[in-house]
Amino acid sequence: MSILVSKATRVITQGITGNSGLFHSQKCREYAAECQPGVDVFVGGVTPGKGGTTVDGFPVFNSVREAREKTGANTSMVFVPPPFCADAILEAADAGMELIVAITEGIPVMDMLRVRRGLEKSTSRLIGPNCPGVITPGVAKIGIMPGYIHKPGTIGIISKSGTLTYEAAWQLGRVGLGQSTAVGIGGDPINGTSYIELLKMFQDDPGTEGILLIGEIGGSAEQAAAEYIKSHVTKPMAGFIAGQTAPPGKRMGHAGAIISGGGGTAAEKMSALSAAGVVVSASPGGMGEAMLRAMQRAS
Amino acid sequence: MKIHEYQAKQLLRAAGVAVPQGIVARTPDEAAQAFTTLGGSLAVVKSQIHAGGRGKGRFTEHPEQRGVVLVRSAAEAQQNAARMLGSTLVTIQTGEAGKQVNTLFVEQGLKIARELYLGIVVDREAGGPVLIMSSEGGMEIEEVAKHSPEKILQEPFDAVAGLYPYQARKLAYALGLDAAAVRSAEKFLPKICRFFVDYDCSMTEINPLVVTEDGQMLALDAKVTFDDNALFRHKDVVALRDLSEEEPAEVRAADTGLSYVKLNGNIGCLVNGAGLAMSTMDLIKLHGGEPANFLDVGGGADEDQVTEAFRIILADSNVKAVLVNIFGGIMRCDIIVSALLNAYEKVGFNVPLVVRLEGTNVEKAREMLQASGRAIIAATDLTDAAQKVVRALNA
Repeated sequence: MSILVSKATRVITQGITGNSGLFHSQKCREYAAECQPGVDVFVGGVTPGKGGTTVDGFPVFNSVREAREKTGANTSMVFVPPPFCADAILEAADAGMELIVAITEGIPVMDMLRVRRGLEKSTSRLIGPNCPGVITPGVAKIGIMPGYIHKPGTIGIISKSGTLTYEAAWQLGRVGLGQSTAVGIGGDPINGTSYIELLKMFQDDPGTEGILLIGEIGGSAEQAAAEYIKSHVTKPMAGFIAGQTAPPGKRMGHAGAIISGGGGTAAEKMSALSAAGVVVSASPGGMGEAMLRAMQRAS
Repeated sequence: MKIHEYQAKQLLRAAGVAVPQGIVARTPDEAAQAFTTLGGSLAVVKSQIHAGGRGKGRFTEHPEQRGVVLVRSAAEAQQNAARMLGSTLVTIQTGEAGKQVNTLFVEQGLKIARELYLGIVVDREAGGPVLIMSSEGGMEIEEVAKHSPEKILQEPFDAVAGLYPYQARKLAYALGLDAAAVRSAEKFLPKICRFFVDYDCSMTEINPLVVTEDGQMLALDAKVTFDDNALFRHKDVVALRDLSEEEPAEVRAADTGLSYVKLNGNIGCLVNGAGLAMSTMDLIKLHGGEPANFLDVGGGADEDQVTEAFRIILADSNVKAVLVNIFGGIMRCDIIVSALLNAYEKVGFNVPLVVRLEGTNVEKAREMLQASGRAIIAATDLTDAAQKVVRALNA
């Protein structure tokens, strides 16, 4: 079992005729074909104005609605450039996509506020933006993560960061733990799905036995997650927060990773998670070990 | 991106937000002329640098001279301007090195009845902008939050609809403003909230926001920060950028598509991915070292970018050792190593280099490193890398 991505997932790519849109659609198609031979998981793409053409075997449509109707897709992976990305996400929601995974980095905050408001009345779930995507190892990946470092297993990963998630998956592999699903929620100040929503999904997923939460400086989403964990999560958990040494007022790569007004520090977040019973690793080199300790303590 | 106070006030005025009359001066004569043109008996001469704390700041060359001064004549404006222009202003936010003042803003003096605080930011958890006000004008809002949080008022508003007049009145009454000032606030507050949204600000701070004796609300100071991701649709804002206010290495890195932040330590780092780059800094610190920088080469860095990244790191004379930490995902490790070896040759290393690689094609990459014969220290995992770089530093 898993969350978000299952064998029923069928994906189209918005922005499929762009360089990274096509490249990653190909990589995702290869991974899905290894996991589910003979099944077409990545069924096409959308680029307005290029409908009716094909690109490397992917049929291209003018609109998400048309793509959904003709391919039966229920999920969209979004690679549309930042100035047009919010519009693309809203189009996917309007077309009834169940899951929208936005990889694009650099969407203006004001655009994301409009997206969030637009999604309030929708049943679509947005993951990201500015994220590596979602992978259910052995089933499919929707995003830019390298498939092979994620081994099938029972740990759920929720992370704000891309390469740090790869690092975590690799460390989990070294201590013999695979993943049910790994989700990158993205490093922007305003995103589609929160830690809490994913904690609830992993808590309810019978295929997940433990959860690794990877956060970073900025905002208070990790503190809110810690509050939720105290009363709602019974599965063993480990955590790590990046940016313990970051100076205040400086944006550390991710738009959301900034300590402002004395709030959003790594120390605050780490102590909130520890107080909620999460095994927190002080070192990024100890994420795998921390998860293993949490699992052993629970058994 | 940040801009100067006088630039922020120009934008605010154009958006219908009330600001005092003011004139930019770049020479002492212009400052004197500005005083005369403003026509009052009192004016304020304000240093234009991006850092805050100017009023209490002092000049290195003229320790008695403050960064913001009240003047009562054109001659006084001229004398102060002569000491300020071209001199170095040190404030609590500039660091000891201070910032050179090249521009002054001469503003009309006002009869002030109340000094308030106004700030607008995006509340991440609520998913919308919020207007923050306080009766404690002129104080750092963080201090007010710590000592008297009950004095901070917060009013979330809708980014599309803006701040409604009733919300402005609610705040005005809570701040104890009189009838004339409430009417002024009803105009001022919705307009500044509209400005925040229309200009894609990440922060707008007016401290102090003043109410004059005749009940007018005006922005006496203005600090505006823009969302870098939205600059593509604000060419007028981009034109206001003052590169002399930014860290040169950070500007150079941004031009190459790298994300770089200078820090005070002596271990340079080059990493792919923001989260991993932050973690690498943490790791160095945990093992007793101090990171010299944050540097994210991104997911698709090419050889030119890696070379430029090394140049930027090594141009910092504090750097005594370098740690490269790459988790190759889509980016293959062998490509990184080939870029790294070429960069090593071009840039010329004179400090120890520790390299930790993991991910796609890592075996091939390690063989390439080995075969190069370079004095590069290979590390197997994060902890090993941190230990080795700290040891190399102390050797």
